[in-house]
Amino acid sequence: MSIDNKQRTNTELHEIATQIRRDIIRALLPAKSGHSGGPLGSTDILSVLYFGGILRHDPTNWQWADRDRFVLSAGHMCPVLYAILANAGYFDREELLTLRKLGSRLQGHPGFDMKLPGIETSTGSLGHGISIAVGMAISDKLVDRNSRRVVTLTGDGELQEGSCWEAAMSAAHFGLDNFCWIIDNNDCQIDGRVKDIMSVYPLADKCQAFGFDTIVIDGHNYDEIYMAFNKFIANHTNKTGKPTCIIAKTFMGKGVSFMHDRYEWHGKPPSAEQAEKALGELV
Amino acid sequence: MNFQNLGSKPTRHGFGQGLLTLGERHSNVVAIGADVTGSVMTSVFKEKFPDRFFSVGVAEQNATTVATGLALSGKIPFFSSYGAFAALRNADQIRISMCYNEANVKIGGSHSGVTVGPDGATHQVLEDIAFLRALPHLMLVAPCDYEETRKATILVGETFGPAYIRFGRDNQTMFTTENTPFALGKMPVFREGTDIALIACGVMVWEALLAAEELHKRHGISARVLNGAWIKPIDEEAIVSAARDCGAIVTAEEHQVHGGLGSAVAEVVVKNHPVPMEFVGMPDRFGESGEPRELLEHFGLTWHSIYASALTAIARRDKQYSDAIRKVKDISRFSE
Repeated sequence: MSIDNKQRTNTELHEIATQIRRDIIRALLPAKSGHSGGPLGSTDILSVLYFGGILRHDPTNWQWADRDRFVLSAGHMCPVLYAILANAGYFDREELLTLRKLGSRLQGHPGFDMKLPGIETSTGSLGHGISIAVGMAISDKLVDRNSRRVVTLTGDGELQEGSCWEAAMSAAHFGLDNFCWIIDNNDCQIDGRVKDIMSVYPLADKCQAFGFDTIVIDGHNYDEIYMAFNKFIANHTNKTGKPTCIIAKTFMGKGVSFMHDRYEWHGKPPSAEQAEKALGELV
Repeated sequence: MNFQNLGSKPTRHGFGQGLLTLGERHSNVVAIGADVTGSVMTSVFKEKFPDRFFSVGVAEQNATTVATGLALSGKIPFFSSYGAFAALRNADQIRISMCYNEANVKIGGSHSGVTVGPDGATHQVLEDIAFLRALPHLMLVAPCDYEETRKATILVGETFGPAYIRFGRDNQTMFTTENTPFALGKMPVFREGTDIALIACGVMVWEALLAAEELHKRHGISARVLNGAWIKPIDEEAIVSAARDCGAIVTAEEHQVHGGLGSAVAEVVVKNHPVPMEFVGMPDRFGESGEPRELLEHFGLTWHSIYASALTAIARRDKQYSDAIRKVKDISRFSE
């Protein structure tokens, strides 16, 4: 799959997202550990980001100085990022099968030291990535004064880490309209429902109150995803001085019936049988 | 080397001055403030380079990771706060975002040790070295006076990689000059000697020099004093030479005796050339309110303790030596 950074039709996006989801399953099977649910749930929004002409990037010259940057704050969701990067041409798709193996560039949580193309920073301790992304956006907007953008994705359970709100506060304080915060709102975390473990709700009100231009969307609806990203780009282009927050309502395990909306699939890989069943559904 | 008391100034002023020099030399040096910029001296940078200063409020975790984002964008960010919050409140961020990324972030850990004074135990960080020196990639330096803190700030600013500079709040005797040797990872000899080695960092280096002088005056003991400012990387060669030449070592630091400079030195000594060691530092307890000098005396962090520990270490060494001689004599008698 080559990448041409243009808007795509819903059919094209569905095809891309399906391939990404298949690769997530393929990577997790030999890994024998890792996270299935979150990656499958955030595949649609990240497919639009990387393949739909939103993120300005170049897989053949990934350290291109004018690129936009994406930081996966929810580092445990890296199987989706690895699958996207491989399909975009950052590295060979077969390398996905080395996920979590000794010596692999595909660490269990993204490791910057492994120098995997497309990985901007290590993440994995929740709440770090969003702050790092704020630092990057400060560098772009207030120090270098260029036109680059920074997008980060956090989970919703991740928001129980207080430092996320330190980051949110600072994004608004510095008027970072070049900063977009996606919240993958599947209401699932390892121990159960986010609302039961420690509620982060009302989420949209919080983000709005923290100074974000906040949009709540169906995270599996390509039209809504496009609408939200376009709002971010407009905020940046029009220099509104407001960061954008996209709350994407998603389902954990989207696309695989037996994982659908089940928090039990937060942190486990499919067995051989389950993988076969999942791949049978992902067509 | 001959050192003289050149008056006193807080080491944090040296940090501020060094940062200012870096700001003038390098346009990509930026500073992050966490509300105490006046007391940790990032304020001087803020005044001179307002466009390169970012205040994130009382949020040290965010400060550390925002600094990481700036570093990953080619900047050289300096974040400074009280060591209690700039080394431990943000420990996870230092470990993963700063060090695992090998991000070019510099932290100025001010208000270290009991010399913070009246603020009391919460603000007297005594455990930072123990944590920081365990981190891969991190450079860790605890300079001894104003001038050395200034030099250390400039040196780490111009050396790629994550770094932590440990300094203090209170007035501190100045005795090093522009010409005093200071190089990354080096433990320079501040006073030659062969009977005992005193290895100290921070405010305890001056105390070690005083102790060496007293040992000489009262007992004719020749004490070698090493400036252990560089805790990581550590100068193994200088430590092993000290162990070989002197046969006994005393370490001194304004930090817990567990996990600090003394432990770092002991690791090298035990592996290469075991000799008796004594440790001067905080004896596994928290600090309390008081005046800086009063607290140093209260907790035994002065030349007196170094002096007494030196005599103990020497006695232990000599006892080992005489025991060994006795053993050799016994063996030779037996073989006759």
